[in-house]
Amino acid sequence: MSTMTDKLQGLLDWVDERFPLTANWKAHLAEYYAPKNFNFWYFFGSLALLVLVNQIITGILLTMHYKPDASLNGSGVPVAFASVEYIMRDVPWGWLIRYMHSTGASAFFIVVYLHMFRGLLYGSHRKPRELIWIFGMLIFLMLMAEAFFGYLLPWGQMSFWGAQVIVNMFSAIPFIGPDLSLWLRGDFVVGDATLNRFFAFHVIAVPLVLVGLVAAHILALHEVGSNNPDGVEIKKHKDANGIPLDGIPFHPYYTVKDIVGVVVFLMVCSVVIFFMPEGGGYFLEYNNFIPANPLQTPQHIAPVWYFTPYYSVLRSITYPLFGLEAKFWGVIGMGAAVVIFFLLPWLDRSPVKSIRYKGPIYKTALTLFVISFAILGYLGVLPPTPGRTLVAQICSLIYFAFFILMPVYSKMDKCKPEPERVTGK
Amino acid sequence: MGSDEKVDCGRRRLIVATAAVGGVAGVVTVVPLVASMMPSERAKAAGAPVEVDISKLAPGQMMTVEWRGKPVWIINRSKEMLASLKKTDDQVSDPKSEKPMQPEYCKNEARSIKPEIFVAVGICTHLGCSPTEKLASGAESGIAADWPGGFICPCHGSTFDLAGRVYKSKPAPDNLEVPPYMFLSDAKIVIGEDKKGA
Repeated sequence: MSTMTDKLQGLLDWVDERFPLTANWKAHLAEYYAPKNFNFWYFFGSLALLVLVNQIITGILLTMHYKPDASLNGSGVPVAFASVEYIMRDVPWGWLIRYMHSTGASAFFIVVYLHMFRGLLYGSHRKPRELIWIFGMLIFLMLMAEAFFGYLLPWGQMSFWGAQVIVNMFSAIPFIGPDLSLWLRGDFVVGDATLNRFFAFHVIAVPLVLVGLVAAHILALHEVGSNNPDGVEIKKHKDANGIPLDGIPFHPYYTVKDIVGVVVFLMVCSVVIFFMPEGGGYFLEYNNFIPANPLQTPQHIAPVWYFTPYYSVLRSITYPLFGLEAKFWGVIGMGAAVVIFFLLPWLDRSPVKSIRYKGPIYKTALTLFVISFAILGYLGVLPPTPGRTLVAQICSLIYFAFFILMPVYSKMDKCKPEPERVTGK
Repeated sequence: MGSDEKVDCGRRRLIVATAAVGGVAGVVTVVPLVASMMPSERAKAAGAPVEVDISKLAPGQMMTVEWRGKPVWIINRSKEMLASLKKTDDQVSDPKSEKPMQPEYCKNEARSIKPEIFVAVGICTHLGCSPTEKLASGAESGIAADWPGGFICPCHGSTFDLAGRVYKSKPAPDNLEVPPYMFLSDAKIVIGEDKKGA
């Protein structure tokens, strides 16, 4: 028995002399000290990683049967659309793999939005974690690109007209716009060239960048250490061995805790995948079960739910400014609504990080922000009416005011004193 | 390198020159990579003109044909429809078709060669959706009691009159595009080609 252990230890030593395996295991898991007071909100980082792995594995399996081809087959159906239906009907377990992938896309955005909200709650973006936040925002941007490119692939009506609208948005940019959207499409209309390149972006270009950014996000986190619900630095109080007094090793403490989250999460996902894979038309839109028809736009088109808040911002800008068309300002507004998140570490001037010690102004501002984000998301799936446009305009205003006024209100807010050490709550 | 050490200026100049030339080579190499994503020769050649038989198109009717992958509408406008264009003159943003959204020979009141036959690309000038036809006028159109007939875009609510002119204060900035076309005879038109050989 002991000889077996000796042999394994010998193998490990052999590897360690050539590759820092044990050193990395210790640095990132066994001796990475995380604050002991993580709560519910700290599940979503590891869940996002889990969904990423799910998307990569199911995605690879889907490419084995999917064909990015917009030409019509013998029955007059686009080959790409038919290959997705083939996966759903004829490929063994194809329906499950496809639904895992399509549900995974929505699940990804749910966990990422909650993960970002955690940052807003506990000030996870504040010094010294600015770069973690920026890497995270880049991941969010890439995720949006990945979802957009992927949504064209089934080549249904929503795929086609969604891509048509988004690509045409680039044509609103003065001077270079029309050529830029032509370059993106690779043809004068969304067609076979567009489908093929979106496939290339979706399965190789964006995932490569995404995985690299996730690595950078985690490396930056492990360099400075995790924040926690109290927003105080555990590295301020260390024991004789240099280990934070309020820290516990990530493995086994948080790996075990995260497994509980994973089990609950997978249960919820299973219910969706097995009983409501279309998510009531929100995860997979009903119009997307009609093959793409370049001659007819569906009566009502809306993006998938995770894009609708930004889509509402786009639609809410209906007037020209400074001699440029409303179309251009809509695109700028939508872009700014995403990009403004990058500035958060420098907009927040509060003396404390966590909402537990922040004053009533920040609490009100965050509540208003979340409500307006939800309303914008809801309005984005509905057709526009003058009344709804007005509500969207008010919500867009609150959305931007949350960020733009933050340097002022976060400074004048009445904060409570932070504790020295983390609390047991 | 400490600041007190001597810098070999000749060697530094060589490094700068090498990096500059290498950088230029790198940028130039990107050109074919980026250019490969522009429309291919085959895509450029695919825009062949389309011949359409309009002999069966009765007044008040509309047909859709595909040209360069886009829907092209042909409408045989009735007298009432043509009369409605007078009413919409002051409600549309470019009543005289000043913007170059049509060939020179269609820059007129009806935006067409023959007043009754209207030809337009059925793609909204906002973000490229295809507007829905609401040719009927008045309350039965389901839009408004004073709706004179026209088109409404399902995506962002832009409205157009029966000459494809966009109404004021709508997201779409321009009138619908009129493609180059010509009549071969009273019953036949060619879309994508005109007498000037465009």
